[in-house]
Amino acid sequence: MNIGVFVCGCSGNISKHIDTGKVAKEAETLDDVSFVDNQAHLCAPAGREYFQKAIKEHELDRLVIVACSPKLHEETFRGWASEAGVNPYCVEMVNAREHIAWVHDDKRKATGAAIAVMRGTVAKARLIEPLKPKKVPVEQSCLVIGGGVAGIQAALDVADNGFKVYLLDKEPSIGGKMAQLDKTFPTLDCSACILTPKMVDAARHENIELVTYADVKDVQGHVGNFTVRVVLKPRYIDMDKCVGCGVCAEECRMAGRIDSEFDMNLGKRGAAYIPFPQAVPLKFLIDPETCLMLTKGKCGKSPKCVDACAREAINFEDEEKEIDLHVGTIILATGYDFYDASQKPNLGLEHEGVITGMDFERLVNASGPTGGEFLINDKKPKKAAFIQCVGSRERDGNQYCSRYCCMYTAKQAHMIHEKMDGGETVVYYADMRAYGKGFEEFFNRVRAEGVDYRRRELDEDILVAKKKGGLVVKAKGHPKYECDLVVLCNGAVPTADSEFLSNILNVKRSEDGFFQEQHPALHPVDTNEPGIFLAGCVQGPKDIPDSVAQASGAAARANRILGSKEIWIDPTIAYVDTDRCRWCGKCAEACEFGAIEIVQTNGVRAAKVNDVLCRGCGACVVVCPTNAMDIREYSNDQVGAVLDAAAKWRS
Amino acid sequence: MAFEPKILAFTCDYCAYSGTDLAGISRAKYPFDVRIVRVMCSGRVDPGMIFRAFEHGADGVLVAGCHKGDCNYLYGSEKAEEKIGAAKELAEALGLGEDRIRLEWFSASEGRKFTETIKDFAKELKKMGPNAAGAVR
Repeated sequence: MNIGVFVCGCSGNISKHIDTGKVAKEAETLDDVSFVDNQAHLCAPAGREYFQKAIKEHELDRLVIVACSPKLHEETFRGWASEAGVNPYCVEMVNAREHIAWVHDDKRKATGAAIAVMRGTVAKARLIEPLKPKKVPVEQSCLVIGGGVAGIQAALDVADNGFKVYLLDKEPSIGGKMAQLDKTFPTLDCSACILTPKMVDAARHENIELVTYADVKDVQGHVGNFTVRVVLKPRYIDMDKCVGCGVCAEECRMAGRIDSEFDMNLGKRGAAYIPFPQAVPLKFLIDPETCLMLTKGKCGKSPKCVDACAREAINFEDEEKEIDLHVGTIILATGYDFYDASQKPNLGLEHEGVITGMDFERLVNASGPTGGEFLINDKKPKKAAFIQCVGSRERDGNQYCSRYCCMYTAKQAHMIHEKMDGGETVVYYADMRAYGKGFEEFFNRVRAEGVDYRRRELDEDILVAKKKGGLVVKAKGHPKYECDLVVLCNGAVPTADSEFLSNILNVKRSEDGFFQEQHPALHPVDTNEPGIFLAGCVQGPKDIPDSVAQASGAAARANRILGSKEIWIDPTIAYVDTDRCRWCGKCAEACEFGAIEIVQTNGVRAAKVNDVLCRGCGACVVVCPTNAMDIREYSNDQVGAVLDAAAKWRS
Repeated sequence: MAFEPKILAFTCDYCAYSGTDLAGISRAKYPFDVRIVRVMCSGRVDPGMIFRAFEHGADGVLVAGCHKGDCNYLYGSEKAEEKIGAAKELAEALGLGEDRIRLEWFSASEGRKFTETIKDFAKELKKMGPNAAGAVR
């Protein structure tokens, strides 16, 4: 065995805090170490050549690299080692930078720690064996969860590459929040005009199958082979028969009597309905909560929808169904929810004339509940106020910036100012974040149009109160402002189902509750779970251009996996010493992945590990009473070797 | 010379490891040396490993895992809790003191928490004094 020890100085990042020369010298004294190097900066291009030359010259077969976090460069060094003929699993790293150099302020102690962990890692290197990853076939399909603009874009990009896509939405139509918007900033494009064609493209695409009005119930398997259990909620109108003519909705006895969620409960729909006229798929459904037949079992003499539907599509016996989707990759694009502005009693959302940002979008929209006629108390407003940072950038609570509110405020201020023609528009803002392309220019334009921006500190009091015939805004440091419209620019919060999805997908969330990318700078669309990617606001609040860009990124990452016919499965998994195993079953009980089963060979029973299902956590190792179970790369002996040396403090 | 506690930390390879990396990236210093041993999951740390560390001279052992519900292996943190609980009982019975063993949860963003935990642990260990089992060796 020829162990090579490479000590990296990381251009001073390590060598300033650790005496790398001393670490190298110590390494030379260890058994089986046949080469030690003390290069200044190992990961630089010159390092690669040097590294590989050393491997070949000294016939190294085990490598210990004293450098940075393995999270950063383990793959790099394993790749280089592999190119030079060393098994990549025979490469071990000592995290001397993040774990030692950067946290210890005493060079002597830091050097001592580096030497101890290096000694332990060399001891481990003596015990490691070459491993070979297993190949498994990849299911050539992708599930996109969430059919907003991010999900649609991701679905189109995957489908255009020739892979089957299931585009799932919990709502009866795809389109998401963007479908509710009137215009997009900063270009004032009609939101529906630019989104609807994409929705239709998705529906018509030969590789895309829409799965709407559906919830994900469970996810099993792993990258390349996920099985997703999906619940299809009953629509009570047969999708195959419905042609979207809409007579059922027209005839429905509840028509115009039920609050429309799509219109932020400002408009009405019936029990037979579609969320909005451009819904995709254009298939009507019946709301079981409000339909007279489904709640009371009786609808006049006979249900009018049934009488009217020439296609005989109405089916009150419809039931929830479950289906399994088999996919190789998953893109999570479930978006966000609005911050509930009623949680700020000082902002008076309950008062007539106080609305949220999305309420504004529906009220100003030509196909909205008021036909685009912006009316408050049946009157056109003359004086408007906008209050920014509602539910964002809080000291205790949502500490994050919701990123899109500054610009939607500017857009809405521009629109209402124009509509009021001669009216007054005031924006109470804390800081202006006009960071995107064309944003600052748009903000300047809105101010030049006469919108009065009034700055306030985030934690200063602001109050919206009722005043005879209208409203009054009292903000510290500014005169009282009497007006008839107040828009609360509320931010984004994680969707209510985030915790559930996080659990079944095994994907982590960050402190703010949104889903966490694998690395904020370098893996912005990957998650901790191989094969599952993030697109849009599910990862954190962002505007439409950023959501679309991230969606294309997520699709590219998913396609990278789908494009390979097979995938390598990590071989660092559990294994059984059948001579020691007495099949007590404790390992199988401890395994969360069903990876351990009993097998009988020549009358002898023993545990057997399924190498595709095993994830290598080692829970089975801890519970095994006979030490029959162990894990590759992190065996009892291997971890013990590191531990023994690391726990020896020498003065 | 004043007693300086020696802490050995086991970190799981996911949240906790990223948290300890973040502590480094934030350059949050502590005035004594802490040695970190990487394992795949906090639920993989068995009591035997903890006592092996004491035997070799550690004054305190920290096991760092993911917050419950965040475990990459679903219930590793709960498993760790059970095993570390048993180890603490044993440490108490052996006269080492259960407070020499700590189990803490870290998210990948809690680098500062890691630093603070180490500092606080060291303060407590200082009060307890050196691990007698380690001194024998």
